[in-house]
Amino acid sequence: MSGCMGCGAGRSCNKSQKLQSSNSQFGKSQSNDGSDRKSCQDCKKNAGMVVALAGNANVGKSAVFNQLTGVDQILGNWPGKTVERAEGILQYKGRKIRVIDLPGIYSFSTYSLEELVSRDFIALEKPDIVVNVVDASALERNLFFTLQLLELEAPLILALNQVDLMEKRGIHVDVEMLAKTLGVPVVPMVAIKGKGVLELTEEIVKLAGRRSAPSQTESGIKSRLKYGKEVEERIEKLARLLDGIKIDYPRRWVAIKLLEKDEEITKLVAGMDGSLVSAASDLAKELEEMHGESSNVIISAERYHVAEEIARNAQSIGVEGVSLTDRLDAIALHPVLGYLSILAVIGGLLVWTFVIGAKISELLVEVLRPIEQLEPVVSGPLGDILWNGAFAGLVAGLTLVIPYVLPFYIILAFIEDSGYLTRISVMLDQGMHSMGLHGKAIIPLILGYGCNVPACFACRIMETPKQKLLAAFLVTMVPCTARTVVILGLVAAFVNIWWAMALYVFDILLIILLGRIAFKAVPGDSVGLIMEMPKYHVPSAKVVLKQTWARTKSLLWVVFPAYIIGSAALQAVYAAGWLNPVNDLLSPITVAWLGLPSAVGILLIFGLVRKELTILMLAVIFQTTNFAAVLSPVQLIVLALVTMIYIPCLAVILCLAKEFGWKKTAAITVFEVVFAILLGGIASRLLMPFL
Amino acid sequence: MPKEQIEEYIEAIYDIAGKNGLAKTTEVAKRLHNAPASVTEVFGSLAESGLVRYEPYKGAALTDAGEEVALKIKRKHRLLEVFLSDILGIDPEKVHEEACRMEHSISDEVGDAMCRMLNAPARCPCGKLISPCEKEIATCNECRTADGSTDSDKSAAPRKVVPLTDLRPCQKGTIALLRGDKKVIQRLSDLGLTPGTEVVLMRKTPMGGPIELCVRRTNLAVGHEIADNIFVKAVLEA
Ligand SMILES: Nc1nc2c(ncn2[C@@H]2O[C@H](COP(=O)(O)OP(=O)(O)O)[C@@H](O)[C@H]2O)c(=O)[nH]1
Ligand SMILES: [Mg+2]
Repeated sequence: MSGCMGCGAGRSCNKSQKLQSSNSQFGKSQSNDGSDRKSCQDCKKNAGMVVALAGNANVGKSAVFNQLTGVDQILGNWPGKTVERAEGILQYKGRKIRVIDLPGIYSFSTYSLEELVSRDFIALEKPDIVVNVVDASALERNLFFTLQLLELEAPLILALNQVDLMEKRGIHVDVEMLAKTLGVPVVPMVAIKGKGVLELTEEIVKLAGRRSAPSQTESGIKSRLKYGKEVEERIEKLARLLDGIKIDYPRRWVAIKLLEKDEEITKLVAGMDGSLVSAASDLAKELEEMHGESSNVIISAERYHVAEEIARNAQSIGVEGVSLTDRLDAIALHPVLGYLSILAVIGGLLVWTFVIGAKISELLVEVLRPIEQLEPVVSGPLGDILWNGAFAGLVAGLTLVIPYVLPFYIILAFIEDSGYLTRISVMLDQGMHSMGLHGKAIIPLILGYGCNVPACFACRIMETPKQKLLAAFLVTMVPCTARTVVILGLVAAFVNIWWAMALYVFDILLIILLGRIAFKAVPGDSVGLIMEMPKYHVPSAKVVLKQTWARTKSLLWVVFPAYIIGSAALQAVYAAGWLNPVNDLLSPITVAWLGLPSAVGILLIFGLVRKELTILMLAVIFQTTNFAAVLSPVQLIVLALVTMIYIPCLAVILCLAKEFGWKKTAAITVFEVVFAILLGGIASRLLMPFL
Repeated sequence: MPKEQIEEYIEAIYDIAGKNGLAKTTEVAKRLHNAPASVTEVFGSLAESGLVRYEPYKGAALTDAGEEVALKIKRKHRLLEVFLSDILGIDPEKVHEEACRMEHSISDEVGDAMCRMLNAPARCPCGKLISPCEKEIATCNECRTADGSTDSDKSAAPRKVVPLTDLRPCQKGTIALLRGDKKVIQRLSDLGLTPGTEVVLMRKTPMGGPIELCVRRTNLAVGHEIADNIFVKAVLEA
């Protein structure tokens, strides 16, 4: 059952094996273009210093960021982009330094928006210092990115993180040798334990001081990495051709990108001087003919070749045994046990949430009862009516978020940080393909069971616009806590638990079916799964809480306002006596087609704002909480079914509009309304004989 | 013996027994609607030309040379199926029969040209893998841009490459060819899967799910369809 040796495991390299020529290629500084960036540098001096954290995903950038900045953090988006941005202030010896946590990326190609945002930030906004956080146990892959930062001529400090894990894996890194080879300071760290943070801070300040003193301009930082002769010659040739044009990116980097046929840069340069692009494509063609590979692959291979050499010289690797991760994966990725584990973990998570959640909710309602009026205020001054509505919305939000969503997300973050969520993604990947998605989409879908709003935002992890949209559409079909409260309160309580379960299972089948159809119908590309498999580890409370916060905070600024304002508005509409006409208007649908009482019309309107209102209002309208007395089992099921899918709630609509624009949002909304009504009517006819 | 007949036999053995197994004489006879006696006779002459190993009373297995012929013909067959259904719009039910007849008469050059035109498809309409061509290239992109003229200088001795998904767990291989979407290739090479790099297949997941591989001391999960398009030279364990 034991796993196999990974690559390189047991391959012990000693330093005497190093290639003779390698060192001479680095550390040589040829400063020739250090002056053109001064102009922009000056304007930023006043705004204080800026430090950017860059590196691969999961190396501990956020951990370093948290250590550096403490509580002063602003989380938000990159302007106009759906890429998250975290910014904070580092205070050190009276200096205030802005720290920016860039998204985790592997390269500066244009594979994803994250890569584009990061490279433009580093190249164009020129932070004073870039701290490249690297995972010490995967030096080679991390250095591949470091080399690109050097190409971008970023003033660099290497934070060699996760040294604790590296040592556990029997790897040793010669820090000084690494620093010398790269020509940048290297700080070993264990970010989660705060080790090395002070040293890093000092290096930042030191390097910043050195940079502002023009006498020692960037002697170490400007180290040039050189590729193989054939590639290097062409880069230099192209860089010389670029001398004439004015471009904000470093020239050598532009030359490399042109050779790699990077779309953005090629477009940019084509706009200035078309002959340069054709020169570049000729040079690229020469390389391609020589190597029989496409030029971007050649350059990646060259870069990896250099990274390999640096890593080989700087590290020695002992023998690694079968790790805990291998043992756990033998279960987690097992054809039978794997799926059983997923069922147990996710099923357990849901059941636990709703069992515990119901208890906490009861308690909370007790506490809030003195100040909450279940009965809506429908007469008197408009102010009172609005206030009453708004207040009810707030309470409803609280009694939903605190007992259900919060615990759900905390445990989910715990599972996520342990590394298990990645395994679920892997196991369910093939199933997601039929919907044009891949394994990673399971994360927003599971989040959807808590609340659809953070789940919609989480669709950003998908790579292509089509996949983001498909994932978000399916997320809106996932019954969130509010809808689960309705399903449990109507069906589980008054029909039986099996019918409630059946609704859940039916919903999953619907998601799969609609996913397949939408995949065919929506234009655009889908890409498959390529994902790093992190090792399992004991989750850290800090990371778990932070992740939970990152997700629930969207509840504060989307769900709560929608609940509060929506509830106030509804109350006013109700008080104005517009709801009975609504019931009459809707009765052909509610009564004739769905077979429900006509009062349900109001419920469905109220459910637009808050799905769980369906059940609260039902109690108010019929003056009873024993719904079995007023609705037949079929009616209960149909009502729950329609509520489950008939429309994304107001908060989700807002969120969809923000992410995808109004047109797509309207399409999803209209579709779901029509579809739910259709389905409800069919269900009411089909279920008759059984219940 | 006519080329078509040789190919039919090789194909039948490959379909029945796979790369290494033994195809029984009776099974081959049934499949090709021939008498077992004449099948035995053909096996004999195929063995003479080094394409199969014939074991009297048991059956025939493909040699390396035979396997090569089989893969080539399968490649043409599947490319033809894609061509017939995707470009000519012929009912996918019917393309197999058509391709069966056409596969013997098209040259390698035509096969490769179809591959280029169809953007190097990975699978035939029924989902079987199309093996890569024999050119010494690392990505299909160059073949597409090279307008076919460099074919003659590029085609070299057949290289023994298999899709990553064909490795056994814990088996090593070195990257030989990446096929597929440009962005995906970019991503894979950014993650360290550059030509010549050693990778280990760590694990396959159930139901044709992603495979886990180890490259440059990191573990990656790669969707099955992407992994099918990563071709490696298998490294045999000592
Ligand atoms: N053992 C160990 N774990 C770390 C260290 N730094 C970060 N981690 C863990 O690595 C994971 C990823 O960290 P995170 O900061 O989110 O990485 P990011 O994706 O680069 O922002 C988290 O689970 C951290 O707890 C470290 O120095 N040692
Ligand atoms: Mg992070």
